[in-house]
Amino acid sequence: MEAFTKLTAVAAPLDLANCDTDKIIPGRFLRKLRGPGYDKLAFHDIRFNADGGENPDFVLNKAPYRNAKILVAAANFGCGSSREAAVYVMFDFGIRCVIAPSFGDIHYGNELQNGMLPVVLPDAVCAALRAQLNADPGAIVGVDLDTQKVTGPDGAVYPFDIDANAKERLLKGLDDIGLVMQYGSEIEAFEHRHAAAMPWLT
Amino acid sequence: MAQTMFEKIWDRHVIVRRGGDECLLHIDRNFVHEGSFHAFGALARDGRKVRKPRQTIAVADHYAPTRNREQGIAAVTDPEMRNMVDLLAKNVAANDIDRYYDLDSPQQGIVHVIGPELGITQPGLVITVADSHTSTHGAFGAIAFGLGASQLKQILATQCLWQKKPKLMRISVDGAIPAGVTAKDIILAIIAKIGTAGATGHAIEYAGSAIRALSMEGRLTVCNMSIEAGARCGMVAPDDTTYAYLNGRQYAPKDALWDQALAYWRSLPSDEGARFDREVSLDVSKLEPMVTWGTSPEQALTIGAAVPDPARAANAEQRAQYEQAVKYMGLTPGMPLADIRIDNAFIGTCTNGRLDDLRAAAAVLKGRRIVVKGWVSPGSTAIKRQAEAEGLDRIFKEAGFEWRSSGCSSCVAMSGDTVPAGERCASTSNRNFEGRQGKGARTHLMSPAMVAAAAVTGHLTDVRKLMAGA
Ligand code: SF4
Repeated sequence: MEAFTKLTAVAAPLDLANCDTDKIIPGRFLRKLRGPGYDKLAFHDIRFNADGGENPDFVLNKAPYRNAKILVAAANFGCGSSREAAVYVMFDFGIRCVIAPSFGDIHYGNELQNGMLPVVLPDAVCAALRAQLNADPGAIVGVDLDTQKVTGPDGAVYPFDIDANAKERLLKGLDDIGLVMQYGSEIEAFEHRHAAAMPWLT
Repeated sequence: MAQTMFEKIWDRHVIVRRGGDECLLHIDRNFVHEGSFHAFGALARDGRKVRKPRQTIAVADHYAPTRNREQGIAAVTDPEMRNMVDLLAKNVAANDIDRYYDLDSPQQGIVHVIGPELGITQPGLVITVADSHTSTHGAFGAIAFGLGASQLKQILATQCLWQKKPKLMRISVDGAIPAGVTAKDIILAIIAKIGTAGATGHAIEYAGSAIRALSMEGRLTVCNMSIEAGARCGMVAPDDTTYAYLNGRQYAPKDALWDQALAYWRSLPSDEGARFDREVSLDVSKLEPMVTWGTSPEQALTIGAAVPDPARAANAEQRAQYEQAVKYMGLTPGMPLADIRIDNAFIGTCTNGRLDDLRAAAAVLKGRRIVVKGWVSPGSTAIKRQAEAEGLDRIFKEAGFEWRSSGCSSCVAMSGDTVPAGERCASTSNRNFEGRQGKGARTHLMSPAMVAAAAVTGHLTDVRKLMAGA
C-alpha cells in the first residue's frame, strides 16, 4: 500500500450531501477491470452528459480543479454500497484525501486500506472550506497526517482525529495481512479452542 | 457485568487485542460472489490462497441472468458480465472452495438469502461478505457486516480481521403491527426517523414486542436495511422463531450437536441492564404503509402523505437535497404520493424476495391484472421452486407479471435487468439512489404488497384499499 504522510494540493469542493458510492461509480461499471482509463469512471454519471461529453457544471470538469488531489465533501460521504471500486476510481483520478463531516463506515475503511486519508472535520468547517474553494477555484489545502492538521487556503489550521492504529498503518504504508501474520501462534491456539467450544460448526 | 448480545459474541471471537481498542476477530463464515474478483486477484498476486476454504461459501448472484436460465452461463450474453461469472468459478476452483453454488445449482440464490436458507447463517457467529447488505444475517443473532475488497482479501488469506468495536444502539419497536403494515414499512419508518447516517459507527440491536412478533423473513428484511441507516450491522436476539426456522436445514446442527448449539444460542440475548450507547424507540401501532418519494432511503413517508415542498425544508442543506430529489424523480412538490404514476413493478432482492414476500404480493394480485410492466425474481432458486409448488407463479403470471429466475436482477441492474431512463419503478429493493436501477431510472421503495397494489392500479396505492374486506 502507498503510504500517506502529507499533502499540499488543489482541493475541490463537492457540495453534495449523502454522496453514495453508486454515484462515485455506477453499478454497471463494476464489471470493468481496473486498468488504464479507470479514472474516467469516477463520478461518471454526474461528470458526463448522456452524449458522453463533459458536464461543464461538475466541479472536477472545471479547469482549476482538474488536478485536485483533495476533495472537500458534505455529510455522509461514501454511504451505501461497499464497493471498493469507489476508492479505486478516485485514487486513479488522483484523489488522495477526502475531507467530510462524516463518512459511510465501510467506505471510510476502504479508503484507509488503499492509502487514502479520510479526514473528519465539523460540518461548519467543511462548509466554510467548500465556500472558500468555490470562491477561489484552484486554491490549495494542506493535510499533514503526522501532526493531524488540515490547513485551509486562508492559513487557518484545523486539527482532526484519527485512530492511532489506522494512522500508523497509513504513515508506513503497512497492509493488514502483515500485521496478522505476527500472531500466527495465537490464531492457531484460538482456532483450536473455538472449534472445541462450537463443534457443530463443520 | 450485564452484557449486550453484541458484546457476548464479539468477546468470544477476539483472538488478540492491539494498541488499545483494535481487535483481531475470528470470522466463522465468509461468503463471496462475483464482485469479489478484486480480492481474489490481489490474493493471487501475493502468491496466497484461501486459508480456510471450508469457511468460505461462494455463490453467483449479482450477474445471474434472470431469463433463459435453463441455458446456464450461455444466458449471459454480455462478455464482461460473463467474465464476472467465469472469474468466480475460476477463483473458487483455484482455492478449493467446495461450497459453491453456481448458476445451475438448485441452491443458488442471492447470498443473503441462501445463507439463512441453507442453515449456514446461525446465531452467535461472526459473518462477513464483501457486500453492504451482510447486515441481513444479523436477524439470527449473529454479528454480520459488510466490507470492501481489501478486507475481504485479508479474510481469505487469514480467516481473521482487524476491527474496532462499534458503538451499540438499541432500537425498540413496540406495539401491535396493523394489518397491511410489514417489516419493510417498519424499517423504512426507522430510517425516516433517524436518517441514513443515523446509526453510523453503530451496531444496531432491534428489540421490542413488534420485532418479536415478526417472522424470520420479516426480521431479515429489517436487518437488511440497517446499512441504509448507516449501521455497521443489525441484529435480533435469537428465540423460538429463530430455532424453528433453523431446525432441519442442511447445515444446521443435528441431534446432540443441536442441543449443544441451542444451549449456546439461548445464552446470547442481551442481559437485563446491559448498556447501549444510544436508545431509540418506535411505536408501530399506528404505522401506515410507507413509500419513498426521493433518492435517499430516508426520504420515506406514509402513503397518505404528499411530496414535500423544498421551500419548507428544515435547513438549506435539506432544501438542496429535496430540490435535487424532486427534480431527478420528476415530481411536483405538494402532489399526493398516491398520484405518482409508475411504469414498472419489481419484486425480489435480498430485502424482499423470500417466500413470505411472494405470498403477500400474490394475495393482492389474485384475480387482478396489472397495468404496468412487472417482473418477479425470487430471492433463491429454492424459493422459486417452493413458490411454484404453492401455485404462486400462476397467480403472478395470470396477473401479468413475468416470472423470472433468481438473482440480484433490477436491485442494482448489474445483470442487465435495468429500468429504462426516465421510467418509474415500484420496487421491493433497498436503495433508491440516482441511477441505482439503471441510468436515469426512478425508484420508489415499498413492501411487496404495496408493489403489487401499485402494479394493479398504475400508481402508488395504499394496499389496504385492495385487501380482503376493504
Ligand atoms: S439483491 Fe441488491 S442489495 Fe441484495 S445483494 Fe443483490 S444487489 Fe445487493
